[in-house]
Amino acid sequence: MSEILNMETICKSYYMGEEEIEVLHNVNLKVHSGEFLSILGPSGSGKSTIMNIIGCLDVPTKGKYYLSGLDIESYDEVALAKARNKEIGFVFQSFQLLPKSSALKNVELPLVYAGVPAGERRERAASMLEKVGLGDRMRNYPNQLSGGQQQRVAIARALVTEPTILLADEPTGALDQKTGNQVMELFEEINQEGRTIIMITHDTNIAKYAKRVVHILDGYLTE
Amino acid sequence: MLFESIKMSWENIISNKLRSILTMLGIVIGVASIIALITIVQGATNSINQQITDLGANKIMVSTMGTTIKQGLTDDEISQISELENISGLSPTISGSSAVVYKKDAMEDVSVQGKNEVYFNVDSSLLKSGRPINRLDIESKNQVAIIGNNIVKELFYGINPIGKELIVHGTTYKIIGTLTPSNEFGLESNNDTVIIPYTTALRSLGVKNVSSFDVYLEDVNLANQTVKDIKGALYQVFNQKEDAYTVFNMGDMIESFQTVMSMMSMLLGGIAAISLVVGGIGIMNMMLVSVTERTTEIGLRKALGATPNSIQIQFIIESIFLSIFGGIIGILLGALIAYITSTIIGTSFSISTGTIILAVGFSAAVGIIFGYAPARKASKLNPIDALRSL
Repeated sequence: MSEILNMETICKSYYMGEEEIEVLHNVNLKVHSGEFLSILGPSGSGKSTIMNIIGCLDVPTKGKYYLSGLDIESYDEVALAKARNKEIGFVFQSFQLLPKSSALKNVELPLVYAGVPAGERRERAASMLEKVGLGDRMRNYPNQLSGGQQQRVAIARALVTEPTILLADEPTGALDQKTGNQVMELFEEINQEGRTIIMITHDTNIAKYAKRVVHILDGYLTE
Repeated sequence: MLFESIKMSWENIISNKLRSILTMLGIVIGVASIIALITIVQGATNSINQQITDLGANKIMVSTMGTTIKQGLTDDEISQISELENISGLSPTISGSSAVVYKKDAMEDVSVQGKNEVYFNVDSSLLKSGRPINRLDIESKNQVAIIGNNIVKELFYGINPIGKELIVHGTTYKIIGTLTPSNEFGLESNNDTVIIPYTTALRSLGVKNVSSFDVYLEDVNLANQTVKDIKGALYQVFNQKEDAYTVFNMGDMIESFQTVMSMMSMLLGGIAAISLVVGGIGIMNMMLVSVTERTTEIGLRKALGATPNSIQIQFIIESIFLSIFGGIIGILLGALIAYITSTIIGTSFSISTGTIILAVGFSAAVGIIFGYAPARKASKLNPIDALRSL
């Protein structure tokens, strides 16, 4: 199994006024292709920060971050945007669907930024929606879908670019337990097909769906 | 990619219909007022220009106030001046005012003007029916008259006036023609006028001198020299009294009129342009609100791989869309307003492509200029902050 993510002594600090606050301390993390990893920690532990760095939304203050073997330190804003598009599929707690676009259009969106032509885009988005069990809901708008269905649309959107990593931030946080479990079962399925998943959560019940769990507390990461 | 940005901008405009329309309204009003004002002023300028040109750009008008010793010009002095170089004709005017009587009907305060055949030769459209005053009428001081439209209506309603006899200032004249009705708003109205041969007028109106005359030029380009010659002749006639006469070149008047009108056009266009700037600020305001409102969306788009550039382009296109659409509606509205106005005030209507290009260019520029700052702001949003703002 190839190594797709490698964090070496990552530190991240923020400035609160004059004061520098370090929220991640010497984080080391390696993730291999096909893993289903859960980063478990309470709120304020630094798990959002680590997700932002993994997702190329933010860059570390110190340390090295290799994504698919490439050091992202040299990346400018455009390269980071390309990396997010190509390498990462985001799934957010609150789904983050565009309310005025249909499910199909929402799923097509990352392909727009990847420069995929319209016809192929539609095809790929449609087949991805079929895959998450929403083949009959493509024309629906987010407000016509249940929470579970909306999260499935978001998952389809995350997968449509065939990303290296599916990065989920509290994917069941806005769902009831039953639909939450269904979403987790979908994650297991996706992982079985070989997709690497990194999931950030504070919920131990959800974390146990993952094959490997790392803990984060006060900015320290432990296996 | 650009096509996608255009599509996304368009979808966003459509999904905020009311707000988009209200924002566009600023541009619509700005462009419409530019188009309407410039077109109306242009139309009025053309109309008035036409009227002045009709009066004759090749005309020099001379009027004399006279001195105590010499009140005006004699027949001989007139013919002397008419022999100067570059003069194709000279038309003296003797003005008086009198009541005119046909049978038992009278009309008070009619302007009676003595003219010669040149007056009618220069502008054949003056005469509506009958014949003009000719050389023979002048030489033999015939008692013939040509009457204006109001006199026809008043005294000869339903009757053909030609051949009838009209009493002016106690003398009987034979009507030989009628004048074409002139525009009430025109510079020179003939409607209440009776025209008789000036030689007849000198005898019968009790006027001894010609006090004003028009000189028609052969070559307009030599007008300045001719003005000088005429002034020279008058200087001698009036015994070196310069304030006894004025010489007025119509060409000069047209020129200064055009200067005034083009200044007016620029002034009004400038005022209208201010409203376009206000409209632009409206667009900027809406775009800034839109950026704030769509912070999460922008963050999401960035997370999904949108580059800062593509975000910026999307917002600028949106702003250009709004201003160009506003501009097009503004052009149509402005043209309509100008058309209606010019129809009402009776000036000519023609819209120049230059004006349209100016308006479209202006509104596109407004879109780019005022869309730039909000678009820049959107593109600079940090995706983490943007996503967190939910």
